Amino acid sequence: MVKLTKRIGALVLRLAAFGAALAALIVMVTSRERASFFAVSLEAKYTDMAAFKYFVIANAVVSVYSFLVLFLPKESLLWKFVVVLDLVMTMLLTSSLSAALAVAQVGKKGNANAGWLPICGQVPKFCDQVTGALIAGFVALVLYVLLLLYSLHSVVDPFLLQKS
Amino acid sequence: MAVAKLVLAATSGKSSKILLGLRVLAFAATLSAAIVMGLNKETKTFVVGNVGNTPIKATFTAKFQHTPAFVYFVVANAMVSFHNLLMIALQLFGGKTELTGFRLVSVAILDMLNVTLISAAANAAAFMAEVGKNGNKHARWDKICDRFATYCDHGAGALIAAFAGVVLMIIISAVSISRLVQPNKCSISTAASPSVVP
Repeated sequence: MVKLTKRIGALVLRLAAFGAALAALIVMVTSRERASFFAVSLEAKYTDMAAFKYFVIANAVVSVYSFLVLFLPKESLLWKFVVVLDLVMTMLLTSSLSAALAVAQVGKKGNANAGWLPICGQVPKFCDQVTGALIAGFVALVLYVLLLLYSLHSVVDPFLLQKS
Repeated sequence: MAVAKLVLAATSGKSSKILLGLRVLAFAATLSAAIVMGLNKETKTFVVGNVGNTPIKATFTAKFQHTPAFVYFVVANAMVSFHNLLMIALQLFGGKTELTGFRLVSVAILDMLNVTLISAAANAAAFMAEVGKNGNKHARWDKICDRFATYCDHGAGALIAAFAGVVLMIIISAVSISRLVQPNKCSISTAASPSVVP
């Protein structure tokens, strides 16, 4: 009975992580704003920054992976790979989140020493949506770290039980 | 009896030596990345204008503290190299410390957390360096590498060392997890020589 609740808990975690990664992906892709000043029209989209493109790609990969693992049967031999792949996905998530965060921070505060002006004053809605996508990405990361610890536990424990 | 022999072969000697070698390499890579980026600084004087016939010069400095991503890079690389140093010391001078149960799992978990830490640091610094090298015409950010070439070169060297550290940490984490799957049930420490199993 305990095993069943644990398994259901893991499934719920993975479903939540899939949802969070998908939400981050969608919110980032739909962020787009057009602003004009001094007869110059400026459109801000997520493809302007390489870090945001990487964020979208990484979250897409994680969403697809989570969706596939949701349907993995319990006795499959692939669960050993799930531990390694969970680590890889966590790495992808954290690297894409930190890259997007670094670039977004420059966009919000600018960098006075390099002469880079902040752009959030001109495209506030774009900035808000990017912030929302980053928060969703952070939630997905936290859930994935929990999932990683759970996968490790499920791979190590049964072996110990078998031996005794 | 065969199972006991398998446990003996897996947990003593070979995988420990490989792990030790990998950890030394990862320690060297992350420490050098932290040091090179931490000492990254370039001062240059530019002519910014002319008053009559005399040019006005202004001195500009490029330091790693100007970019938060690089500060995080230095801190994270220092933390990961410290973790590797601790693990090396534990393996070399722990001696009779048995890595059983909770200790082995905590080593694996710490390794996994350090993998995520260093991959985040290396990637954030890489994307910031890319913006510094190519600029961003949508946001009207000028590139700075044409003016501070040495700063950019040193930063690139630190980044390469950090990415080598990322790859090494992934391998170390994989080896740590694989050591978990063959647990140490015969109360034999990983550093001691194996005794004969009846």
